[in-house]
Amino acid sequence: MSKLNTSSSELDFDRPNIEDYLPSGSIQEPHGQLRLHDLLDISPTLTEAAGAIVDDSFTRCFKSNPPEPWNWNIYLFPLWCLGVVVRYGFLFPLRVIVLTIGWIVFLSCYFPVHFLLKGHDKLRKKLERGLVELICSFFVASWTGVVKYHGPRPSMRPKQVFVANHTSMIDFIVLEQMCAFAVIMQKHPGWVGLLQSTILESLGCIWFNRSESKDREIVARKLREHVHGVDNNPLLIFPEGTCVNNHYTVMFKKGAFELGCTVCPIAIKYNKIFVDAFWNSRKQSFTTHLLQLMTSWAVVCDVWYLEPQNLKPGETAIEFAERVRDIISVRAGLKKVPWDGYLKYSRPSPKHRERKQESFAESVLRRLEE
Amino acid sequence: MGNSSSMLTQYDIEEVQDHCSNTFSQQEIVSLYQRFCQLDRNGCGFISAEEFMTVPEFAVNPLSQRLFRMLDGLNFKEFVAFLSSFSSRASMQQKVEFIFRVYDSDGNGKVTFNEMLDILRDLTGQFISEQQREKVLGHVLEEAGYTKDSLLAQSDFMMILGNSSLKMEVEVPVD
Repeated sequence: MSKLNTSSSELDFDRPNIEDYLPSGSIQEPHGQLRLHDLLDISPTLTEAAGAIVDDSFTRCFKSNPPEPWNWNIYLFPLWCLGVVVRYGFLFPLRVIVLTIGWIVFLSCYFPVHFLLKGHDKLRKKLERGLVELICSFFVASWTGVVKYHGPRPSMRPKQVFVANHTSMIDFIVLEQMCAFAVIMQKHPGWVGLLQSTILESLGCIWFNRSESKDREIVARKLREHVHGVDNNPLLIFPEGTCVNNHYTVMFKKGAFELGCTVCPIAIKYNKIFVDAFWNSRKQSFTTHLLQLMTSWAVVCDVWYLEPQNLKPGETAIEFAERVRDIISVRAGLKKVPWDGYLKYSRPSPKHRERKQESFAESVLRRLEE
Repeated sequence: MGNSSSMLTQYDIEEVQDHCSNTFSQQEIVSLYQRFCQLDRNGCGFISAEEFMTVPEFAVNPLSQRLFRMLDGLNFKEFVAFLSSFSSRASMQQKVEFIFRVYDSDGNGKVTFNEMLDILRDLTGQFISEQQREKVLGHVLEEAGYTKDSLLAQSDFMMILGNSSLKMEVEVPVD
């Protein structure tokens, strides 16, 4: 029996317990003497495998939900057609104009401020912050964003981080128009990447590459430095690390919860009445995603600034992360799944399989002794 | 505003139903087709082992590597046929036959001691030593009236597993 305990001690403590979430009941605890039938009967394991093939909670998190057709009706169809004409022929050009004006205003102010006020750091930072908030409001206006903010506005003070659930890059724009956050983000290619490395850099945003493992250390160090700075913009982290379809939350990475700071949760819930705000980055580029938003009637969403949370005595970073995820999920009405969102890009660790093997081995040995 | 399910005609569905001996209703087949398209990410009409591995719940299954032999490169008809043993309408005979096929890795219709040992190894991993595994399996085989050299046929499996309450059902979500 001693063999059984060797690896259980090192079984992953860096993530929530997956078994807590998976459907139970398939593995019952049989008793009595071990018989051939018990060894040959692999039906529970096979049933689990087939169940995962038919439907699984991970894939569900990243499924874009197609809009329900409502227009197949002789009365509604002409109305819908009229809507298409208005959205594409009238609203869309109008929004493009709004956005262009926004960019012109922003760029013509930003560059003078950035280069001419080199000596006045405080003033420059304040103006830049205001300008970024301005361009974000233009963005929100360009999809007629109907955003309802609940709760007190975020304040600037050291030693606090904001964490929010992640649906699309527009989360960032929606939050940014109220308060200029410094954000931790995946480095993107194309025009988004250009914006990231020029304008958002000045807010103190931190970029990384998901696939580079050494980026992780650098980000962790930068995070620590940023949080302890007095005059820095408040830090915003999307601890899921990937966009989820706003029906589920995936595992929160513990990085944000190990900084020894107050964590202020933000819950964001989109109303899918006009458009699905989930950015399925496998299927569409950010530009097409934005175009989709700009040709819809409106983007409706609710943002809740929730009660700041601190690490309780005796609580680990993972438990803390799970507690904050609970708070956000309840507020935004999201279901929790245990998976790490990075599994989109990699395979699960063999530890989960080993845990299943261990429990089966345990039951075989125990029943052999009876 | 067509959705993917409308790509299956009544004929297609009936053909697939025939192929899986009517273990799934038409609604279930439509659901399975949507799921199939979802798993077939590159849209080439079959699902590769690599694509099955993108489902983490499946990837952590101790038998996933073994099931690949049966799963790799399935088209939709074969996909449904594979899952048909898990339907509530499948007979006990079908379910036992499926289990037998998982064991019978060389497909010769006989399951040897080593083939049983392979499955047991998948299920217990490093948590039981090789000698102990052999001892356990040998012990229960003898108790049931077989020896290490016996070749088990499907009828033996039917006898061993068939009279128990084999719980092997997966519900297909239908919306």
